[in-house]
Amino acid sequence: MSLVRRSEDRIFMAFVYAFLVFVFLITFYPFWNILVLSLNSADDAVKGGLYLWPRSFSLQSYQEILKDQEILNGIKVTLMRTAIGAPLTVLVISLLAFALSKKDLVGNKLISLFFIFTMYFGGGLIPYYMILKSVHLIDTFAVYIFPNLMNVFFVIIVRSFMQELPAEVEESAKIDGANDFQIYARVVLPICVPVLVTIGLFSAINQWNAWFDSYVFTYKSELKTLQAVLVKILNQYQTQDFTSSSGQLADSAKRMAVSSETIRMAATMVATLPIVLVYPFLQRYFVKGMTLGAVKS
Amino acid sequence: MEAYLEKPQPPAIATSRKTGKWKKIKQQKILYLMILPAFLCTLVFAYGPMFGLYMAFTNYSPGGGSFFESFFRSEFVGTQWFRYFFDNGDFYKIMRNTLAQSLLSLLIGFPAPILLALLINEVSGGLFKRFVQTVSYLPHFISWVIAANIIVTLLSSQGAINELLMALHLIDKPIQFLQNGHAFWGIIAVSNTWKDMGFNAIIYLAAIAGINPELYEAARVDGASRWRQMWNITLPSLKPTIVILSILAVGNVLNAGFDQQYLLQNTTVLEYSDVIDTYTYRYGLQNGMFSYGAAVGLFKSVIAFILVVAVNAWSRKVNQQSLY
Repeated sequence: MSLVRRSEDRIFMAFVYAFLVFVFLITFYPFWNILVLSLNSADDAVKGGLYLWPRSFSLQSYQEILKDQEILNGIKVTLMRTAIGAPLTVLVISLLAFALSKKDLVGNKLISLFFIFTMYFGGGLIPYYMILKSVHLIDTFAVYIFPNLMNVFFVIIVRSFMQELPAEVEESAKIDGANDFQIYARVVLPICVPVLVTIGLFSAINQWNAWFDSYVFTYKSELKTLQAVLVKILNQYQTQDFTSSSGQLADSAKRMAVSSETIRMAATMVATLPIVLVYPFLQRYFVKGMTLGAVKS
Repeated sequence: MEAYLEKPQPPAIATSRKTGKWKKIKQQKILYLMILPAFLCTLVFAYGPMFGLYMAFTNYSPGGGSFFESFFRSEFVGTQWFRYFFDNGDFYKIMRNTLAQSLLSLLIGFPAPILLALLINEVSGGLFKRFVQTVSYLPHFISWVIAANIIVTLLSSQGAINELLMALHLIDKPIQFLQNGHAFWGIIAVSNTWKDMGFNAIIYLAAIAGINPELYEAARVDGASRWRQMWNITLPSLKPTIVILSILAVGNVLNAGFDQQYLLQNTTVLEYSDVIDTYTYRYGLQNGMFSYGAAVGLFKSVIAFILVVAVNAWSRKVNQQSLY
């Protein structure tokens, strides 16, 4: 243990901690900044300079959101697509993964190839839109559900989980004369709950975050999701920031722009909160899933 | 007579083998039924568009009737739309923006998670380590809509970044970051890195967890500093992972993204922001040039597919490990 080495280590560790604090700040602060702005009164936010703490605390922006029909409806649609889409996705994926986990399934290789090929080649946006149109999904709630039921990556994760189960698990059920579906429903599914919860949460996050399908494939305002409403608010804001900073707006208009800014911040917080509550619980699983996915997929 | 008797034998064997297979398939019919929902979804939503790519070779116009009616009725024009794409000035601009944003994002975004994983690993377990790591994943899980809302706020004329730069007297009036075309590639690269650095560090941390601890003990006995241990043991152990992921990244180079460009761009920066996917969307859906949009999309799909296949062959050579 030379002194030189110890002081070298100390400098190194100081750098390590400094870097990690820096990473923490750049990932955490942007969210904090949004929260501070959303909790400040709109009139006061016009003055700018809000960074660390709300200057004049107010829940007004959140109250206004609760009165905004567009945002309320967006939250409702988003909750519905998440609550319906995620469980159905888990069902479709677990059925497929169970069948493909059977090595003696006739044609297993070919069927797997049928699904895996879609990870590497796709038709692109325009033909996809045309297909949605021809199966009459455009401008319906179902466009949020059916196209999202399959995810090859999730299938690979669930299938390899099922393949790792000991063979004895199914043996006794087979002796009792259970058919494949009964084995799936009564024996395999209960054991697979952890991995199914994981892909369920992942697809719930995907459903919650999806914006493009609502933005492009639906027209009716009652079908717009929270994310799609947020895109609209964002577009309005960007034009405002451009014109107001080039001095083309009167003071009153500026104030309106900023008051809508705190609402934009509050809506952003509402869209972020469920994610913040859910994602820490996923950690355990996505570490495994990602390692597996990168090596095997 | 003998010949007559012998003849039917081979087909008989074939039939019995066939019936054996059929019998098995019949036994497995429940399994096939379980595949059916996923099969139908994939057939319609993944293979449907692939067949729909035929429209890239026609002059598709919606007209009356269903998609399939207009689909088969529209005039075949061969490679006209591809030639149109290569010949007008857009091709160069779109490819330049796509590759520049992709490569710049790799340049910053590829080493960042490696560095983060190496440094997180140096901190012995505890609340601080877990907290930093958990917070660093957060941006990965939010949508680009939320991310864009945050980025636009931070970069606005009154935003935190302008105020910080002014307070440090680095600038004396706010910079219009998002109205400056030259800044756009950098903004995308930094945003991509910010969003995925923590999440991408996971795979390196998993690889680090697999390193034999005896290597570190031996190094400590030899008096190696922590920096030396990191540089000479941890980093070299990550080499296979780094090689696989960098090869994978090359295969993905045309996927510069859609969400981040579409949500952060505005007409003043379109010259630099427009990538293949935003271009396809704008021409194909917004301007109603369906066949042209499909052709540009097909061009991208084919190149991306070739890249992935080539890259897989390459990785097999390098690592004796296939990506799929």
